[in-house]
This record gives sequence, structure tokens and C-alpha cells, in this order.
Amino acid sequence: MSRLEVDVAVTRGSFALDVSVTVESGEVVAVLGSNGAGKSTFLGALAGLYRPDRGSIALDGRVLDDVPVHKRRVGLLSQSALLFPHLTARDNVAFGPRSTGSRRRVARATADRWLAEVDATALADRRPSELSGGQAQRIAIARALACEPELLLLDEPFAALDVDVTPAIRSLLRRVVRAAGVTTLMVTHDVLDAVVLADRLVVLDAGRVVESGATADVLRRPRSAFAARIAGLDLVPGRSCPEGLRTAEGTVIGGVHPEPVADGEPAVALFSPASVAVYREPPKGSPRTMVPVRLAAMEPHGELVRLRAGVPDGGPGWVDGLAADVTPAAVADLGVDPGDELWFSVKAAEVEVYPAGR
Amino acid sequence: MRTTVPRFLWVPAALAWLLVAIPVAGLVVRVDWPNFLGLVTTPSALAALRLSLETGLATMVLCLLFGGPLAVVLARSSLPGLPFIRSVVLLPLVLPPVVGGLTLLFLFGRTGPVGGFLDREFGITIPFSTGAVVLAQTFVAMPFLVVSLEGALRTAGERYEAVAATLGASPATTLWRVTVPVVLPGLMSGSVLAFARALGEFGATITFAGSLEGTTRTLPLFIYLESESDLDGAVAMSLVLVVVAILVIVVSRTRDLR
Repeated sequence: MSRLEVDVAVTRGSFALDVSVTVESGEVVAVLGSNGAGKSTFLGALAGLYRPDRGSIALDGRVLDDVPVHKRRVGLLSQSALLFPHLTARDNVAFGPRSTGSRRRVARATADRWLAEVDATALADRRPSELSGGQAQRIAIARALACEPELLLLDEPFAALDVDVTPAIRSLLRRVVRAAGVTTLMVTHDVLDAVVLADRLVVLDAGRVVESGATADVLRRPRSAFAARIAGLDLVPGRSCPEGLRTAEGTVIGGVHPEPVADGEPAVALFSPASVAVYREPPKGSPRTMVPVRLAAMEPHGELVRLRAGVPDGGPGWVDGLAADVTPAAVADLGVDPGDELWFSVKAAEVEVYPAGR
Repeated sequence: MRTTVPRFLWVPAALAWLLVAIPVAGLVVRVDWPNFLGLVTTPSALAALRLSLETGLATMVLCLLFGGPLAVVLARSSLPGLPFIRSVVLLPLVLPPVVGGLTLLFLFGRTGPVGGFLDREFGITIPFSTGAVVLAQTFVAMPFLVVSLEGALRTAGERYEAVAATLGASPATTLWRVTVPVVLPGLMSGSVLAFARALGEFGATITFAGSLEGTTRTLPLFIYLESESDLDGAVAMSLVLVVVAILVIVVSRTRDLR
């Protein structure tokens, strides 16, 4: 078990990544980001595939920058299992121990132990070509852990799996990672991976950490638009004011302050899409906050329909991506199509304003 | 999904196939079958066959020992000037073998820079020896192994090697336990092709090694000489080479298909 301290900057073409993260010994941290946020570059730097322009990577104070990949003791599990095609499942798992000097018999015993750990004892003598995607990923998990890495990197480990096997593999990974107590850093775009596996979340956007904290805290009170979106919340950035929050261009979003925020402090207003009402014309004399939007998309969302807002002509940019969940009947009554101009409305009591940044 | 082949391609396609198939079939017809066994087991025929197989195998081993590492360097390293290095390796594929033989003769001949040195210092003469046969065959056969192995290495990609490194395998361990097994089919078909090319080599061998029975007279040289005096013997030995060639194709093809 080792504590990981990373502080790296990598420039690849026009993309710049500058990230500093600490993972405590035995902790599981999820790095979340949308496509292009820099997740893969970050992981590549950690695994030793890219050389950082600046910064350093240390495991328990052991600086990894100049250590060749095979001496780093950093395991990697990626979305494709990449089992060696010429070896049986057991020999794949035994590969790591064998390569690091274990005798054949010892390595086989280690492999069998890990195969049992991932419920794959029955698959031991199969070749990778005889395994399903989910089975192969089980073997890959066993193989990564059988080398007893000091740090385990997970690169979207379920992205390539069938939807129906993902839950089983996800909970299996959670169980074995917890049991092994290995320091783990996972990159993913799926919030469910983070909820199930991670103690802590780090949200990456455009190559920078935009927020981090305990998984539950980040999802309950996101401070960035991306984190809000993955948490299924609407977020409007601005500055705190007595009525709630004032955006950069002056719109006031009525809201409550669950914790004290000084007037004029940078803040975010959070509300659930389910609390947003949608109108064609603004109702007269309503105390609600009314926001003009252009309907960008409609998608099914459980029993409801999620209306996704776009920026109307001359409107403020923060409108983009706001969501409203309404019943199918309400959509039929409104008779809306993408491109229509609508009003999103939300009650002050359902908007919470929190200080931005932490 | 199958696409329809345009009709006008069928005729030239058939002619191309026949151009190869008919002469070989004609050879089978022309063979003096009653005396076939006697023709292919004359002492000089057997000596040529034996020499061809021995030098062919030696060539294959040399190609593996030197061409194998070269293919790995070409596929995996980021040396500057890699395209230039690759084009040089491919030169024997397009160069007339006679020219190859001449260049070897100039280099290793008694008056050549390397040959002169070897002769003065160690009393070793390479031209017109069995060693010269192997050297000439290696010169022409090497690209076959390098090209097919480099192709196999590139197709396999570096993903498995990257995984092996994260599992703690050193570059050498990775080479033996991952890279070589993964590209084994390419390695096998490359070796078989190099062996086949060595077996058929004529121009470079006769220029650099001459045609001494039992020492440098390989099967193609034997067949060429026989065709001037005893055509039946030449035809019979040609058929032997055809059979070997077909075996080589079958072996390398089935490897590729797997």
C-alpha cells in the first residue's frame, strides 16, 4: 500500500494538461471528465507511456519519473482485457509473478488464488479466444492484481463490456480492490463507476482539475457544470446576492443559502431538473425565476422526458445544457419541437446557492 | 457480403492463372516417369539436393539470427532515417541476383576490402566455397523474412508489450514471452519464404560461388547444367523443386490463415 502524489504537466499538440492529485494509501480515487478532458493523457503519464514536460510522480516518496515501466509496480487495467492470446487464462495471470522472478509452481499457485478471487477458477485452462468479454475482463483483473502492484490504474475498465455484464464486473472489481487494499486511481466518464468504486472524485475539464472531494459530497453539491451534469443537477454560476445568485450578465436566480455565503462571492446555484417547469409564454406575476431558452434536444429520462436547453439568440451562455424533466403529457400539451423558444422556470425554494470552489 | 466481380476481369484473370499453372502442368507431363526415380537419385543429383537443403537451412538460420532483430528494430524503434534503412533492406528484392552476386564478389573477393583482409590475416577465402553459397542466398532471402516479420510485428501492435511491462516484465522477458509468441505465425511464414527463396537462388550463387559439384552446385545450378546435356534429368529435378515449392506455400499459407 502506497500513497500516490502526482503533479504533472503534459503538452500534446494544442492540448495542455496540468494536474495535481494525491491518492492516500489504499484509497480509490476516480478521475471524471468528458471526452477530451485529458483523462487518457493523465493516465498515460502515470503509466509511463508519455513523459511529462514538468512535474513528478511519487509512490510513497519513491519518484517514478525515471523508472522504466516494468519497474514501477504500477498495474494497468484498460477497457480491453488484452489477454496474451497465446497463453491460457491461468498463464496470463501467472505472467506477472513469473516475470518478476517467482518460480513456475509458486506463480501458478498465485494465479490459481487470484482466479478463485475473481470467480474464474473454471476458466483457468481456456485460451482468451474462448472467453467472453466479461470473462476476459475478470481474468485481466486477476492478472493486474496478481503482481501485487503498489498502484492500480483503471482506464474506463467497463467501457467495452456488454451492458448486462457490467454491473457484475463492477461489483467484482470493487470487492477485490477493497480486499487487496491497493491504492487505485480510475479514470472514467461514467458516474456510476465512481459511485460504486471511488472514495473520492476528481473532476477534470480541459486538462485541469475543476473540483475534487468525497464522492457523495461532489455529487450532492457539484461546483462545476460538468460535475453537475454527471450528478444530474442543473448548475448556474455567478455571484451570491441576497435574493440568491446573480449571473455575470445580471440575471437574478432566486434561491436559498443553506450555508452562509458573503454577498458578491463567487457561487453556484443548484437545482434538480425535476423542479423546473416549462412554459411557452411567461406566466404573468409569477414569483418564480424565468429563463428564456431555445430547446436543443429531448431525450427519454425514466418515466419523464428531459428537455435540454440551448442558448436563445442573444441569451447568456450558462443556459446551455440546463435540463428540465417533465411528464410526457406535459410535452404533448406544450407541443414543442427542438429549436422552439421556451421559458424554464424554477421556484426559489428549490434552488440552493453554494460558494463556488473549495 | 459478396460484391459482384465485373465480367471483363474474368478473362485476364484466367489467363494470368493459366500462365503459371500450364507450364507447371506441362512439366509434370514431360517427366520421364519410368526412369524418374533413377534420374533424381544419381550421385550428382543427390549431392545437389543435399547441398541445396543444407545451405537453404543455414540461410534460414542466418536470416532468423540477423533479419529477426532487424525486423524488430524496423518495427519498434524510432531511429532517424528508418525509411532509408528499410529501403536498403528491400534492395535485394528488386536487384537482379547476378548484380547481388557481383557486389558480394567485390566485397569478399581476394582483392576486395573484406575478402583481402580475411585472406591476409586468417587465410580465409570465401568466394567459390559453400560459405559463399550461404552468403549469396542470405543476401537475396533476407528481405523476405524481414518484410513478413515486420508486417506481423506492426499488425500485432505494441499493446501486448505495454501490458507486459505494467506486469513487471523486462524488455527482454517481454520479447521472449510476449512478442515472439504473438508474431510466431509471421516468423514461421517469413522463415519458410526465406528458405524457399534460398532454395531457388541461381544468379547470385553462380556469380559469387561458382558451380563446383558437392561444394557450390545447388539444385538450380545443377538443373541449368543438366538442361544442356540431359534434359530428362533436368526435368525430373525441376519437378522435385516444384514439389518443394508447393509444400512451402502450403506451410506458409496455413500459418497465415490461422
